[in-house]
Amino acid sequence: MAMEKMPPMQYYLRSKKKFPTVWCPGCGIGIVQGGIIRGIERLRLSKDEVAMISGIGCTGRMPVYVDFNTMHTTHGRALAFATGLKLAKPGMKVLVVMGDGDAVAIGGNHFIHAARRNLDLTAIIVNNQTYGMTGGQQSPTTPLGDLATVAPYGNIDQPFDICGLAEAAGAAFVARTTAYHAVEIERFVARGIEKKGFAVIEVLSQCPVFYGRIARRQNAVEMLHWYRDNTSAEALEGKVRRGVLVDRDIPEYGDRYREIVARARGEKARRAEGGRRR
Amino acid sequence: MQGNEAIAEGALAAGIGFFGAYPITPANEIGEIMARELPRRGGVFIQMEDEIASLAAVVGASLGGLKAATATSGPGFSLMQENIGYAASTEIPCVVINVQRAGPSTGLPTGPAQGDVMQSRWGTHGDHPIIVLAPSSVSECYGLTVRAFNLSEKYRTPVILLADEAVGHMREAVGDLPALPVINRARAEVPAEWYFPYDNNLGDVPPLANFGEGYRYHVTGLFHDKSGFPTERQDEIEPWMERLFHKIEGNLDDIVQVEEEAVEDAETVLISYGGAARSARHAMNQAREKGVRVGLLRLLTLWPFAAAKVRSLSQQAIRFIVVEMNRGQMTLEVERVVAGRIPVDAVHRYDGQLINPHPIMKAIEEA
Ligand SMILES: Cc1ncc(C[n+]2csc(CCOP(=O)(O)OP(=O)(O)O)c2C)c(N)n1
Ligand code: SF4
Repeated sequence: MAMEKMPPMQYYLRSKKKFPTVWCPGCGIGIVQGGIIRGIERLRLSKDEVAMISGIGCTGRMPVYVDFNTMHTTHGRALAFATGLKLAKPGMKVLVVMGDGDAVAIGGNHFIHAARRNLDLTAIIVNNQTYGMTGGQQSPTTPLGDLATVAPYGNIDQPFDICGLAEAAGAAFVARTTAYHAVEIERFVARGIEKKGFAVIEVLSQCPVFYGRIARRQNAVEMLHWYRDNTSAEALEGKVRRGVLVDRDIPEYGDRYREIVARARGEKARRAEGGRRR
Repeated sequence: MQGNEAIAEGALAAGIGFFGAYPITPANEIGEIMARELPRRGGVFIQMEDEIASLAAVVGASLGGLKAATATSGPGFSLMQENIGYAASTEIPCVVINVQRAGPSTGLPTGPAQGDVMQSRWGTHGDHPIIVLAPSSVSECYGLTVRAFNLSEKYRTPVILLADEAVGHMREAVGDLPALPVINRARAEVPAEWYFPYDNNLGDVPPLANFGEGYRYHVTGLFHDKSGFPTERQDEIEPWMERLFHKIEGNLDDIVQVEEEAVEDAETVLISYGGAARSARHAMNQAREKGVRVGLLRLLTLWPFAAAKVRSLSQQAIRFIVVEMNRGQMTLEVERVVAGRIPVDAVHRYDGQLINPHPIMKAIEEA
């Protein structure tokens, strides 16, 4: 059926076959998924040209539900699989969805190197500040002092700032929002996909079942209100900053590689000229 | 030509389109040649941040339709294990070259060894089929690399080329490398609605569609149904598992390759492979000169194991001597298959040095 005749959610989701989802009631991952779909819809992308690749975790289950070329890989490694696919199929839009543990604990090395390399991938990190799927252990983004199943006396590991990490490592585009700000998810995902280079969109998202219950003593609604009240689109003291934090033009890895191919094939002189003028 | 160079030539001859690298001795030459040659052919070379990533990228590229490989040695091979299992489960073709060095741990980076024989079979968790090939000469480095790609494409499976430092760094004259037949994976031809990447009713190996070409499907390391979606249903898991094993075990004639030398009248049969088989052949020739009836069974395919051949030889020979550069990993397998019918002796070395023909001669004479 043509895209125009169907609501985008229905068109882009494997809605007939694969629902309900595995996610708990009140979980924020579904909101992020909705934002991603609407972002893709904004760009009018065809389903065939999009790939969604994930690692392991609650967020890692997202590719099952979207009607793209989808791949659920090993824990932490999604960006590395995506790197191979993107280089093999440069025309595809490759989205990588990861939990915070997936992206910056076990996958931290791949994350910084993907940013450094600046291959044209769109990484969407659902940051619920916990290991959801394994039942609420502290993750690299759990705040200091929070309780977790294996931090019964409070977390003493300093949390990562995912966006700061991405910026320092060289990502071309970095944005942060929350599950409360669904329209921002859609906008940032669309911009991230459009951006030529490595794009990171961090979405703070509630895990009411573990992080909410153990660390915050909050339910899903309270957590969403927390995101509303404690984040800001401007840099304000005491508030988590939302918005596009980095948007810069850096030569993209695929383009660089294609220049290498041209050089190796003996078009060295002509390409070097073009490279200098740009 | 050097063994590692011949491996690289084999990969190019097989039509490699993607190489994911991470440096390690004694496999580095392969990556160096790939970095030079792949761009010239429009292929992709990338050095990743570690071996976990290099194999992950290889699998991703293969799903994009490129023949893909990586090369490593002991420590890197250990890091690759989880993703080898992923490729086996998801049935994505790829070639993993392990130029073995002495281990465990960092071991002896420039010392030849064959200590990864069991790891190559069982290194990743869970029951899974695998194909492992072991070259003994420079020309075989070339031929078996082509074969590794062919088998991986034909059976949609990871294939491990288990070379060793002795063979990888050895130089031999090979003349002009022959053009060998090249197999490409079966492509999906049905309309997208009818495409099932894991359809157990399509024989042992259902066709694999490239991502991005109109066949949208799901790939996961979870147990999956014929569409690729996760399943916990026993009636879907069992036939898939059966097919996964049957595609290898049901095609042993095609996959298992051995070479027999002078076994017809042999009382003692040496069983060896890879670099160690060269010492075994040397000892065999010496023994033959002295009139001792010795033969050699050389395994080119390590896994699946050449059980039928070993069993039939055990009915004809008086004794086996397994020659290998480890503490007896294949010896165990030979003993399992021989099941006590004839004695299985062994010559092992695992200190990062080549096996001299001398201790093999001694073992032959002690018969
Ligand atoms: C190599 C490996 N180690 C551990 C696990 C177990 N495991 C499954 S999900 C998960 C963490 C998930 O947390 P996160 O990545 O933050 O995603 P979430 O579930 O919160 O979305 C872990 C550790 C695994 N599957 N693989
Ligand atoms: S455990 Fe937490 S993150 Fe996972 S589905 Fe449930 S609410 Fe969502």
